[in-house]
Amino acid sequence: MLLVPCPHCGPRNSADMSYQGEASSRPDPSSATPAQWRDYLYMEHNPAGWLKENWYCSSGCRRFFSVERHTVTSEFREPPLPGSKTAEPGAGTDRQGGGS
Amino acid sequence: MIRRLEPQSGEVIDRETPLKFTWNSKKYVGYAGDTIASALLANNQQVFSRSMKYHRPRGVLTADYWDPNTTVQVGTEPNVRGAHRLLEADMKVSAQNAWPSLDLDVKAANGLFGRFLTAGFYYKTFIKPQRLWPLYEKVLARFAPGGVVDLNTPHGYHDKRYAHPDVVVAGGGPAGLAAAISAAKAGMSVMLVEQNHHLGGHLRWGTDQDRETADDLEAAARDAGVEILTDSAVTGRYDDNWIAISQRDHPGVVERLIKARAKTLVVAAGLVERPYVFSGNDLPGVMLSGAVRRLINMYAVRPGNHAVVLTANAEGDAAVADLERVGVEVARVVDARAGETISKATGSSKQLGSVTLADGSTVKADLLVTAAGWTAPTSLLNMSGDRPSYDPAAARFFPTALPDNVIATGGLVGDGSLDELIAHGISSGELAAQRAAAVKHRLRSTVTRAQNPKGPEPPVQQDRRIGLSRAPHPELYRSDTHGMVDFSEDVSSKDLVNAAAEGFDSVELVKRFTTATMGPSQGKLETVNTVAVLAEARGETIEEVGTTVWRPPYAPISLGALAGRVFEPVRVSSLHEWHTANNMTPILAGQWIRPEHYGDPGAEVANVRTNVGIIDVTPLGKLDLRGPDVPKLLNLLYTNKWSKLPIGRVRYGMMCAEDGVVLDDGVTGRLGEDHYLMTTTSSGAGQIWQWVEMWLQTEHPDWEVHVTPVTTGFTSINIAGPKSRELLMRLVDDVDLSAEAFEYMNVRTGTIAGVPDCFMWRIGFTGELSFEVHVPAGFGLHVWEQLIERGADLGVGPFGLEAQRIMRLEKGHFIVGQDTDGLTKAPTTGLRALIKLDKDDFAGKPELEWALGPEAPELPVLVAITPTDPRLVPDEACQILREGTTEIVGRITSSRFSPSLQRSICLGQVTPEFAAAGTMLTVRLCDGSDTTARVMEHHAHFDPEGVRLRG
Repeated sequence: MLLVPCPHCGPRNSADMSYQGEASSRPDPSSATPAQWRDYLYMEHNPAGWLKENWYCSSGCRRFFSVERHTVTSEFREPPLPGSKTAEPGAGTDRQGGGS
Repeated sequence: MIRRLEPQSGEVIDRETPLKFTWNSKKYVGYAGDTIASALLANNQQVFSRSMKYHRPRGVLTADYWDPNTTVQVGTEPNVRGAHRLLEADMKVSAQNAWPSLDLDVKAANGLFGRFLTAGFYYKTFIKPQRLWPLYEKVLARFAPGGVVDLNTPHGYHDKRYAHPDVVVAGGGPAGLAAAISAAKAGMSVMLVEQNHHLGGHLRWGTDQDRETADDLEAAARDAGVEILTDSAVTGRYDDNWIAISQRDHPGVVERLIKARAKTLVVAAGLVERPYVFSGNDLPGVMLSGAVRRLINMYAVRPGNHAVVLTANAEGDAAVADLERVGVEVARVVDARAGETISKATGSSKQLGSVTLADGSTVKADLLVTAAGWTAPTSLLNMSGDRPSYDPAAARFFPTALPDNVIATGGLVGDGSLDELIAHGISSGELAAQRAAAVKHRLRSTVTRAQNPKGPEPPVQQDRRIGLSRAPHPELYRSDTHGMVDFSEDVSSKDLVNAAAEGFDSVELVKRFTTATMGPSQGKLETVNTVAVLAEARGETIEEVGTTVWRPPYAPISLGALAGRVFEPVRVSSLHEWHTANNMTPILAGQWIRPEHYGDPGAEVANVRTNVGIIDVTPLGKLDLRGPDVPKLLNLLYTNKWSKLPIGRVRYGMMCAEDGVVLDDGVTGRLGEDHYLMTTTSSGAGQIWQWVEMWLQTEHPDWEVHVTPVTTGFTSINIAGPKSRELLMRLVDDVDLSAEAFEYMNVRTGTIAGVPDCFMWRIGFTGELSFEVHVPAGFGLHVWEQLIERGADLGVGPFGLEAQRIMRLEKGHFIVGQDTDGLTKAPTTGLRALIKLDKDDFAGKPELEWALGPEAPELPVLVAITPTDPRLVPDEACQILREGTTEIVGRITSSRFSPSLQRSICLGQVTPEFAAAGTMLTVRLCDGSDTTARVMEHHAHFDPEGVRLRG
């Protein structure tokens, strides 16, 4: 079981958390095309490498946070400061992933 | 006990404590400390089981945990490892997989037809015609291997434990013990897990000096504070050293699953002796050298009388010495290091008779001992990401690259004298301790605490251990004849060769096609021989063929241990005791135990419709929302508009997920300037809290909203019926409850039966005039009892979930998750007016825009349905068909018999073509017959104008 670095509670079993999937930004609902919106809803990039993903510390501090995890080694990178699932607010439609 | 030897200096049996037991209903005596197998062998019982497929008689092979041939039934417990399980007084042991008896097994006919029962035989033979499969299954089930499961057997007590040791050591041989001691001395908390009943590994069946060393190491480990588990196994290693341990030595617990998060894992699993493949290698009387040494030195059992020994290593030589010491005639020693080998073994159906050597000569023998080499049980290393590599000079696999937090030592790594093994263990324990300290430093630094570790994280300690050498060993896998490779699964080398010829020539394919390595030994005895035979068949080297990946579990684990003790919390409201004392029939709704009814749900409905009833609706989700930006939040979550909700007003709303699917619904009321109370469905309470937090934390962290879940902070009671106002007025002084002052869809705060700060809502799920009150939970019972007491003359009575469900269905209110599913988009519910597409944004808006737009796909429509036969209530989920076809055009989502209308009422989803009022539908009932039903004009079967509700 993964040891997930919650920025508030410290390392916690992933069973204490609720996985929220790959970090992605919500498209502007007023201008998104069906293709863009459904890409946001359903498509995961699932790279073999570093991936920014969201977790919810459901049995702990109940905060949402983003971390980067290497999907091959399950290694976590330095968690961002607490606060938001998008480490860089307004990061547009960038989807983390690809390359390792 | 005619095979019991004179007392041996290292024996683990207690001759002062004889134990009576039965074997296939006959009485025998063994000693405390015996395994079932050693006790039986001491009593000259040689045949323990019949093999899985061919029903060949089988005797002791390895005399330890991995023995594939000594699986027995003990009382009602099937599949007991007879060479590992300790004998107990009055044990009732019987043979498995033999019918009618072990001696006369009619299924042994399989052996005669063995050449037809090759790998894949069942797959190929019984596949066609498919309609005969039930018949095949019935016959084949009689031939299925395994013990007898008694469904009436009481479940033993199983448990789980979470542990956080610094270091876990897998294996309690000399290297593992040494590693545990040095890690503990370095200040680490250490858990040592040993599969056998005794610590010391191979030292336990070695010389007196070996045993002394083992005793010393064990004493030192206990002194150092190592937590020692015997008869236990590390069954898996997962990410970040999450380690599963099956513990069987814990008092009062059949088996306990320990989930340990270790900073470092030391793998000291030792070596497993490998059988040699030749014709007759599964005859009773053919044993591995380790088996012979264990039987003689630990259990004082004579393994045979006239022996042939095939030896390729020191363990084989030691077995010769042991045999000679106890007076077994060693007729021939065949030394593989000198190029000698054996060809085949023959005998009667139950006993080895003679051994044919490679040179063609034959030696009479009732015991054939093979010391053909070692398999490194690298399972835990594989689970850590390693792919061990084969060294032909040492004839076994060795680890290659391990993560920093997994350290291997002992026989897995190399060979050496006992001193060298212990020295390697000590340095491995030190390395494990240093790396564990670094991990601890890192984990502790991640959280701000008063006692954070000082200084930077120490770098990963380099591995500076002095390695172990690799002793040369002949590659000895198969003789010039074919024999068993997998004893548990009855797979011979011939099967593997045939499988390769049929094209299953990759090691992963051959494993799955033949099931070799898939039995209870989990490949420990079979994997390398499988690879070797396949390599031979392919004309390649073992290295080129490679091995299958060892996956968890290292050793089988019982389902009981995985399930653990029943640990499922239930929730009850503050009124639970009252319900229990008042004839409640309970129902489990999610985690909640709720009253389904109090005897007669029909009467409860009638009482609500004519008088007044009260229901405990505490599980209703309640979120207290405060702050200036609450309206923004509500606008975002609900599909309708919330900006202009006046104080004291309540509004119904529907929530959608981002895909437009109905997520939840409920009412939210404005209690004050910046204070709202949101209610959710009972089942959605937790999910919606998370949903609210998600939007606030991730999309709008700048909004000023505080969310507090208060679901259980209040006891929620719905007072419903024409006399509900009259009843509530008797308990409330400070709120004007009159129809004019307190209209439908309003909320007030006031005092009920002397309890201040209660919320009163004029809403109603039942379709009657009703008030929903939220009372601080500590006073819930008081208010409930006051309602019952003060309303006696009004005919007040409690009603349960079933009555509420009937009334809401009469009223046509849908339930999210019952009348909607994971595909039901908001327009299906018919509440089109609640979907405000002119809002800037709300969850699911784009999908709803498209669902209602010009290119919208056809969505199902929720309609009220009444069967033509008023007494007929179709089961929920019955299909609705296009008449005269099997085309499904909808389904019944809710159905009940309405006591108020005296007829059957339903809700259902149908395609738009069938949604118009008056359409006749064909409903297929569960028994396969069809009936007809009609689509109604309104969702509400009862009081569609809502006169009663607003009264």
